[in-house]
Amino acid sequence: MKISDQTCLIVALLWAAPVFAQAPAGAQNLSPAAIATRAKVQNVPEIPYESVPNFLKLPPNLYLGEGIGIATNSKGHVFVYTRSQRTRLFEFDQNGAFVREIGEGLYGFVFAHAVRVDPQDNIWAVDEGANMVIKFNPEGRVVMTMGRRPEPADALAGAPPAPDPANPGKYVFNRPTDVGWDADGNIFVTDGYGNSRIVKYDKNGRFITQAGTKGSEPGQLNLPHSMAMDAKGNAYVADRSNRRIEVFDNDLKFKTIYDNVGTPWELCISPGPHQYLYSSNTFPDNNDYTLATVSGEVYKMELDGTVLGKFGKAGKQLGEFSGLHEIDCRNPDVLYTSEIQLWRAQKLMLHPTKK
Amino acid sequence: MAGAEADAAPDQEIEVSTKRFFCATVCLLSSGLLSAQVAEISFDGNINFLKLPPNIHMGEAAGVATDSKGNIFVYTRTGGESGAMGGSRFFTYGGSRLFVFDSTGKYLREIGTGIYGFLFAQSVRVDAQDNIWAVDRGSNNIIKFDAAGRFLQVLSRKPESVNPTGGAGGGEGGGRGGGGRGRGGVQGDNFNRPTDIAWDPQGNMFVSDAYSSARIVKLDKTGRFIKTWGSKGSEPGQFDMPNSVAVDAQGNVYVADLGNKRIQVFDNDGNVKSQIADVGSPWAICISPGAHQYLYSANSNPPDSMDNGEIYRMELDGKVLGKFGTAGKLVKEFGTVNEIDCRNPNTLYIGELTNWRVQKVTLHAAK
Repeated sequence: MKISDQTCLIVALLWAAPVFAQAPAGAQNLSPAAIATRAKVQNVPEIPYESVPNFLKLPPNLYLGEGIGIATNSKGHVFVYTRSQRTRLFEFDQNGAFVREIGEGLYGFVFAHAVRVDPQDNIWAVDEGANMVIKFNPEGRVVMTMGRRPEPADALAGAPPAPDPANPGKYVFNRPTDVGWDADGNIFVTDGYGNSRIVKYDKNGRFITQAGTKGSEPGQLNLPHSMAMDAKGNAYVADRSNRRIEVFDNDLKFKTIYDNVGTPWELCISPGPHQYLYSSNTFPDNNDYTLATVSGEVYKMELDGTVLGKFGKAGKQLGEFSGLHEIDCRNPDVLYTSEIQLWRAQKLMLHPTKK
Repeated sequence: MAGAEADAAPDQEIEVSTKRFFCATVCLLSSGLLSAQVAEISFDGNINFLKLPPNIHMGEAAGVATDSKGNIFVYTRTGGESGAMGGSRFFTYGGSRLFVFDSTGKYLREIGTGIYGFLFAQSVRVDAQDNIWAVDRGSNNIIKFDAAGRFLQVLSRKPESVNPTGGAGGGEGGGRGGGGRGRGGVQGDNFNRPTDIAWDPQGNMFVSDAYSSARIVKLDKTGRFIKTWGSKGSEPGQFDMPNSVAVDAQGNVYVADLGNKRIQVFDNDGNVKSQIADVGSPWAICISPGAHQYLYSANSNPPDSMDNGEIYRMELDGKVLGKFGTAGKLVKEFGTVNEIDCRNPNTLYIGELTNWRVQKVTLHAAK
């Protein structure tokens, strides 16, 4: 249903393109890579916004590395999960003042990928080096672990056995990417770079079901890089290498595809009675700077895939994005973003009603 | 087979308690069936017994042991390892820590900080003189500390360097850094991924040397090599991942032969005596001290499952007295038990790999 709607829209836009000659400016000169990278949806209204300068205040001799994960809790505290010399998790208050480090020296902190905060203010770190999802209570102590860090001793004794993509295992991950929860506390994990699936566990970490194998057919996944849950318990997966968002129901049955917003690296769904879906068409780190002209923007959507607006572009200045990797949208008009290439986090104030 | 049993396990437990409930009235009818079931031992668990300082975190709790004063030692995989390139060789250090708590669970101190052989914690045991022995499966070292935490002795040798694409780099000549690969000769006192250590009443040491060697090594109380037995296989006297070892007051040696799903019992010289099967895959075994010794064995879930997980309490002859627990992440559940301390047979400390914790278990109504 949704696919055909979008197809109509896209066809309509393609027909309309010659009429609005200025809209897809220079489209004829784009390289195949740029055409593939550019979002299909065009003429999307720009959402005015600004970035708060120097929001996070780090103590001397403490540095962010690749700004991988960012999330807020109900008090407005900001958590940043970053690839430093070691992977580290920092907490800041609502004014950006440094509060503390969480999980210092933790066994499961190997290579950060995402951090999320659940409705009870527990902090969840997804580590794609340790192959683990780690739950901290609000006090910052580990209360649950999922997946398992591969044993270094195995690697020392010889090459570990190659993972079997057909049988990825219920309780081990292969470079997991993200985590989310439904209203019952069931846990959903996108897994990830090595596997191509989303897995559902109960709130105590017991396996329920999974969906996805590697491929490009509907319901298949190719690098599920991020995910978000809506209030009804549907799961939205950023199917990055397939350049689409896939939606699954709470039992992980495939529902629909949104494939018009470029390459979704990161998804976030805001809470509240009217939920919005944010998706980042992230400027990729592949040394093709021509792609900077056709990527880097974030789309604001209805849950049904309707695109409402967009903001941002690729770049290194304040308010631009250089490898946007995670978005926090607890307040749909006050977003926190983290970037890989620029080792920073930004606080963005959106003004969607302003013209 | 294991999976099918696991799926049925919760129903069986309900069945047992139901039968117990009706036992007062229909005891005779059900007693025949009950004898085929293993009784559930009622117990309490405490997963917050050990109190760590704010910036110290447990990793995989590979080893846990108590001394005669009730102090608790936890040898844990904390990560934080470091490496250095030297020419074409890669040297690695760190990755595990040994923490000490008092009998109330209060954190006392760390011992062995930064020591050469702490790479990948496997187990820790305390001997009759309250010395602490840390068994490291990454460095192949077994490191002895006195009660004050001072280094006393080390067994085996850490490979000098590692090859990240596979295999350990041995020292030149002698092969002593090669990890017990026995270059053409009899395997000696260098280990290849050791898993556990135990002592007989004379102080002789028995080391389970697990993964590729699959053997038991007997050393005298000074650390001098006496003999070794076992090889990889499933015949009596052979092993598939001997993951834990315990010795009773008569000097008999019990080996958790994990991959073969059995506990093998040997006399003090390594002659096969018997084997105990039907207790799943023993990852960790422990024999309690005292006049009446008990044998505990954990049928641990492998890290990629939440099946099984129960711990059996047995007589030394293998007669099962009861079981408790199941795999899971909640209290009174276990996540891949790798070591059990049973100095007090009714107060156990359980080291869990995948749950990153030590659980204090109190058994009730033990007969």
